[in-house]
Amino acid sequence: MNTKHKANPHLYWNPYFGGFLLGIIIIFTFYLTGRGLGASGAMKSSVVTVVENVAPKHAESNSYYSQFIKEGDSPMNTWLVFEALGILIGAFISGSISGRIKWRVQHSPKITTKRRLIFALIGGVLFGLGAQIARGCTSGAALSGMAVLSTGGFLTMLAIFGSAYAFAYFFRKNWI
Amino acid sequence: MGPLIPGGYIPMEWDSIIAIFIGIAFGFVLEASGFSSSRKLAGVFYGYDFAVLKVFFTAAAVSVIGIYYMDYLGYLDISQLYVHPTYLWGAIIGGVIMGAGFVTGGFCPGTSLCAVAIGKLDAWVYVIGIMIGVFIFSELFNLFEPIYDGYNFGNITLIDSFGWNPYWVIFVFAIIAVVAFGIADMVRKRVKSVFY
Repeated sequence: MNTKHKANPHLYWNPYFGGFLLGIIIIFTFYLTGRGLGASGAMKSSVVTVVENVAPKHAESNSYYSQFIKEGDSPMNTWLVFEALGILIGAFISGSISGRIKWRVQHSPKITTKRRLIFALIGGVLFGLGAQIARGCTSGAALSGMAVLSTGGFLTMLAIFGSAYAFAYFFRKNWI
Repeated sequence: MGPLIPGGYIPMEWDSIIAIFIGIAFGFVLEASGFSSSRKLAGVFYGYDFAVLKVFFTAAAVSVIGIYYMDYLGYLDISQLYVHPTYLWGAIIGGVIMGAGFVTGGFCPGTSLCAVAIGKLDAWVYVIGIMIGVFIFSELFNLFEPIYDGYNFGNITLIDSFGWNPYWVIFVFAIIAVVAFGIADMVRKRVKSVFY
């Protein structure tokens, strides 16, 4: 079994099985905490922490950062940051079991590593910006929102996938 | 009786510990489903791999059915759950920008963390990009504030918005998901294979 995984590191779970387990995790999360999953919140906390340490006066005067700064408590001490830490651990365990841990840049053979990294950076900037405007990303707004039939969650999901399909043609060289 | 922590059945001190364990389960399932691969994720937009669609919609259907069933059985009080607020234009404009980022970068924040954990350098760059994006938003907050804080409809659900029966909504949603899975498999057979 182990050698088979090493020969084919792209042997993934059946997507319906993965999706079913993910659904169970979401139910469990709502049952325990009354709220859903998230991911972009941890990156926001990181940015707030960096800015607060580098330029504390600026962070306090900015009306966005200041919402997340509390006297005597780090912005990192939030549920989503601990959850994101767990995501890193969980993904590392799964990757270890299947022999997928390796430093590398994954990209289509048709493009260079440099091009891939530039587009990854642009994609990240856009997603970070969009996730703030919509108050959550695919996990926090779309997936967790849909689990409780939130109107905003459905809207965000449709907007993300709709626009990705609309723009897909222009970026096809990066992927196919 | 649920949710347990807001209801006081589990002390608040456990909140962070539970967050880590939920994160571990979340990260494990995403990585094992192949979500640490940007080329696999992008496949859904080009028809060569529909893992995103299948995992995402199976998870959404299972969770919404489970949550409403637990409410029906009395184990969970839906009215106490946090409903993501609806800021109409924020949700749409933010979503469109995220979609552009998804197809450009090949990840979303959660999946990029999974790829970071297994050593994909493009994902490290992507996460740095997310932070730059958050930084730009914060610095230009005054510019974005009208859409960020405007058009607020509160923490509404489809039930509040349209007066639909939730059980019918879930039933129809499940049917749509199953039909989408069937169409995805048909498209997949017609599209040229991409190996990654």
